[in-house]
Amino acid sequence: MISIELVSLIPLGVLGAVLGLDAVSFPQAMLSRPIVASTLSGALIGQAGRGLVMGVALEFFALESMPFGASRYPEWGSASVVGGFLFAQAADGMAGAMTVAVLAALLTASAGGASMVLLRRANALGVRKQQAQSAQGSRNAVLALQLGGMTADLVRGGLLTFLALVVFVPLQRAVTATVTMAPTVSRAGVVAIASAVGLAAVWKVVHTTNGARWCLLGGLGVGFGIAASLQ
Amino acid sequence: MSSRNPETTLPWRVRAAILLRLFAIQGAWNYETMMGNGVAFALEPALRLLPGGHRGEPFRQAMTRHSGYFNAHPYLAAVAVGALARAELDGVPVSQIERFRVAAPGPLGSVGDRLVWAGWLPFSSCVALLAFGLGLSPGGVVLVFLGTFNLLHLGLRIWGLNAGWSQGLDVAATLANPVLRQAPAYVARATALVAGMALPVAAHGIIGPGRVLLGGVLASVATGALIVTLLHGRLEGWRLATLALAAFVLFSMVR
Repeated sequence: MISIELVSLIPLGVLGAVLGLDAVSFPQAMLSRPIVASTLSGALIGQAGRGLVMGVALEFFALESMPFGASRYPEWGSASVVGGFLFAQAADGMAGAMTVAVLAALLTASAGGASMVLLRRANALGVRKQQAQSAQGSRNAVLALQLGGMTADLVRGGLLTFLALVVFVPLQRAVTATVTMAPTVSRAGVVAIASAVGLAAVWKVVHTTNGARWCLLGGLGVGFGIAASLQ
Repeated sequence: MSSRNPETTLPWRVRAAILLRLFAIQGAWNYETMMGNGVAFALEPALRLLPGGHRGEPFRQAMTRHSGYFNAHPYLAAVAVGALARAELDGVPVSQIERFRVAAPGPLGSVGDRLVWAGWLPFSSCVALLAFGLGLSPGGVVLVFLGTFNLLHLGLRIWGLNAGWSQGLDVAATLANPVLRQAPAYVARATALVAGMALPVAAHGIIGPGRVLLGGVLASVATGALIVTLLHGRLEGWRLATLALAAFVLFSMVR
C-alpha cells in the first residue's frame, strides 16, 4: 500500500523539480508561481479547479516575496505542487483541508528557500574548484558549472517535493481526521490571513508612488462592489 | 565617440543561441561570482567567432574576463550580454570592457528590480487573481497570468540583446529612455488599482457565497494587513502567517 503511494508521488516530484528549476535557474518564466504551479499539480490528478483555488490562496503570500538578487526568499514552485496536491486530493468539504494544505505549502516554501541557499553555496564551491581552469579561459569549466548548477537545482526541487509529500500526506490525513471546524470557516480563516499578507505586500510596493494609494482605494471600492454583486 | 564597427555582424544562429542561453543565465548563481559564469555561458557562442575560434587565445582571454563577478537583473542582463558580445567582436580595448562590466550591473539591476519584480510581476498576479474571482476557468487563469507576465519578460530579453548588440558599450544611454524610467510608476499605479479590485473578488471566489462571512473576513484582512505593515522589517508576513495557521490548526484540533 505504502509502496504504491510512493510510486504515485513520482510524477509530482518531477513536476516539483521542473517548477523548482523555473524559480531561478531556467527559464524564470514564472511557471513556479503558485497560481500556475498549484493548478498544474491539481490538474495532474484531474482536479485543476481545486489546484487553482489553492494556487490563489498561496499567490496572496507570494505577492510578498520577490526574487531580488541575493536575498533569501521562499521557493514557491515545489511548495505549490505540494499544497496544490494536498488540497486537490482531499475530499470536497473535508474540514481543515485548506488550512493544512496551505500550512504544508508554507513550510515547504521555507525549506525550499533554505535549500536554495545551500545550492548557491555548493555552486560557489564549484566555482572555487574550477578556479584554475576558469583562469585559463576554459570553455568546459564554464559549461560544466552552468549545467551542473542547473542539474543540482532540478534534483533539489524534485527531492524537496517528494520528501514534503511523504511527510505531509499522512500528516494531513491524521490532522483532518481530528479537526471539527466547518470547511467554510476553515477556508475563511485561510483567506483572511492570506489576503492580509497580500494586501500588506501590495501596500509595501505601491505606497511610495504618487497617486497609487488612491488607485488602491478606488480599486478596493470597485472590488467590494463586484464581490457584493456576485453574492 | 562610438567604438562600434558597423561591419561587425552577428549571425542569426549565434543570436538565437545567445538568447536561449540567456534563459539559463542564473543556472550557476552563487554568492561569489553571482551570475558571472552565466554571462560567460551566454556569451560563449559569440566569442567562438573571435579569431582562432574556441581554441584561440582571444577566446580564452575573453572567457576568463567574463566568468568573473557580475550581477544584474536576469532579464536585463541581456543588454549587457549584447553589448559585451559587440565589444569583444569589435576588438574594443580590454580596459573599456572592464569599466563597462563594473558600471553596468547597478543600473541594470535597479531598473529591472523596479520594473519587473516590484512592478510587472505583482501586476500580472493581480490580473490573474481578478480573472479567477470573475470565474475564468483554471486554464484561462493560468494563460492570463503567463501571457501577461511573459509579454514583458520575453520582450525585455529580446529587446535587451538587440539593444546591447546595436549600441555596444554605448548602451547605457538606452537605460535613460523615458519609458524605462517612468514605466515603474505607471505600473505601480495599475498594480494598486487591479490589486484593490482583485483582493475582495478573489477572496469571494475562494470562500463562496455568504455576505456575513465575507464581511468578517474583509474586516480581518484590514486588521491583519495593518499588523503585517507595522511589523515590516522585523517579521515577514508569510512567516507570521505560518505561525497563525499553525495556531489555527491546533485550535481546530483541540477545541
